[in-house]
Amino acid sequence: MTDALAIKDLRKTYKGGHEALKGISLEVKQGDFFALLGPNGAGKTTMIGIITSLVNKTSGSVSIYGHDLETDPSAAKAFLGLVPQEFNFNMFDPVIEVVANQAGYYGIERKQAFQRAEQQLKRLDLWDKRRVMARSLSGGMKRRLMIARALVHRPRLLILDEPTAGVDIEIRRSMWKYLREINAAGTTIILTTHYLEEAESLCRNIAILDKGDLIKNTSTRELLNTLHMETFILDIESPITRLPATEIHRMKLVDENTIEAEVCRDDSVNELFAFLSGAGIKVLSMRNKTNRLEELFMTLVENGNESRAHP
Amino acid sequence: MTAHEKWIALQTIATREILRFTRIWVQTILPPVITTALYFIIFGNLIGPRIGEMEGFGYMEFIIPGLIMMAVITNSYSNVVSSFYGSKFQRHIEEMLISPVPNYIILIGFLTGGVARGLMVGIAVTSVSLLFNPLNIHSLPVMLSMIILTAVLFSLAGLINGVYANSFDDISIIPTFVLTPLTYLGGVFYSINMLPDIWQSASLVNPILYMVNAFRYGFLGISDISLVVSYGISIGFIVVLYVFSLYLLRKGQGIRT
Repeated sequence: MTDALAIKDLRKTYKGGHEALKGISLEVKQGDFFALLGPNGAGKTTMIGIITSLVNKTSGSVSIYGHDLETDPSAAKAFLGLVPQEFNFNMFDPVIEVVANQAGYYGIERKQAFQRAEQQLKRLDLWDKRRVMARSLSGGMKRRLMIARALVHRPRLLILDEPTAGVDIEIRRSMWKYLREINAAGTTIILTTHYLEEAESLCRNIAILDKGDLIKNTSTRELLNTLHMETFILDIESPITRLPATEIHRMKLVDENTIEAEVCRDDSVNELFAFLSGAGIKVLSMRNKTNRLEELFMTLVENGNESRAHP
Repeated sequence: MTAHEKWIALQTIATREILRFTRIWVQTILPPVITTALYFIIFGNLIGPRIGEMEGFGYMEFIIPGLIMMAVITNSYSNVVSSFYGSKFQRHIEEMLISPVPNYIILIGFLTGGVARGLMVGIAVTSVSLLFNPLNIHSLPVMLSMIILTAVLFSLAGLINGVYANSFDDISIIPTFVLTPLTYLGGVFYSINMLPDIWQSASLVNPILYMVNAFRYGFLGISDISLVVSYGISIGFIVVLYVFSLYLLRKGQGIRT
């Protein structure tokens, strides 16, 4: 089956010499929910810019559903929908026109364009706002408007560049639900995000970029399997002033009611609980200190920085 | 994209562009009508009778075609330059760049908006001129073709200005320091036959002179310049600016990094 997205040796050097992409090769399968992660300045937005024809590449190739973006741009672009990082619609246009016009650029008849705009705006709870100027929407509504606009021509590859930045948790969860539905219906989704919990929850495959290099490209499950140690925060019932002595478990007292404990992947959490119980400590609740993917992400990026510093 | 899909995309862009300036008609249509009406009152009604005849016509009658043309030039230019720069500034030009719509459709869509505003203002100014002077039309085809060619030409020029503009100041520099002087010196208020030889020759490098004269021919049947030369210059400029605009869009000048 043709890949939804195939990138080969993609390079971008900006005027002034900054090398934003250093020969990235990457494939995204049809139907995938794919995360593109990396710290600020890693090259994610440049890569998305090239895929969406907003940035001129220096060299390499991009193919969308088998259509080369350079030699067959019209066909390649027809498959693509983009929810960019920054608001990029006409703030002075009514909401419904922002969406319907986008459909028009893809050759969808005006009447049908408005019907599709209605569907999307209703689905994203913006129908009541259809006649107001786009600039009067709240931040969360503007994000949803960009999703509605990106989906109006029913793209088979949807790229979302930090779609949930700055939106409250309720809207974020409803966006996740909608994105899962779209993905289940067959749309390939590529997501960049700084919320690693989002990537872990939604995406089946993950690529990590750092300083223009692809440092990881694997499935979310495999990536999480490489995590050797997890750190848990335990809230305990009765205050303690010192931890019970142990050579097996690595723990530290955060405050008199909170313990931080590191558990190896190969060890059972039950052993830790049994030990604490034996020492008369009752655990009320437990949570991860950081998101699991976040721990891995930091390790990979830090390792990358070290190897660059000491090649 | 099929030809039908391209046609729909063009309709979409053109409709959006026309709605853009008609929604704010108080800022886009009304001011040139008021300004031109003042020209009619001051130069035509008050000063005109003291000037006397120009090329065998009353001064008011002589300046009407030039003033209409001036309004068309200014408005078709400013419509496209502000719309294109606005779409860059707010980044909604990206909506079209990521879509399959070809560059020439984007270009024609913006031009349609500029031409529509130019013609709408032209019609409004002509209507106001009827309050001061009855409408004389010597050649409707010349009049219509020349006003459309002029609107297209200055819409293209506005687009190029919009492509290169990096700030709101950049979109007013050319209209203020180039377009307005060229229009005033383009034979709107006088016949170049009145000028000394050296200034007559200098005037011939001003492209607006050719358009104003050909347009005046459409009204009054007189022109300082041959019609063939006027059409040749106008069409020549259009072809050159169209090709250059398309090249800029293809290159992504000012819109792609």
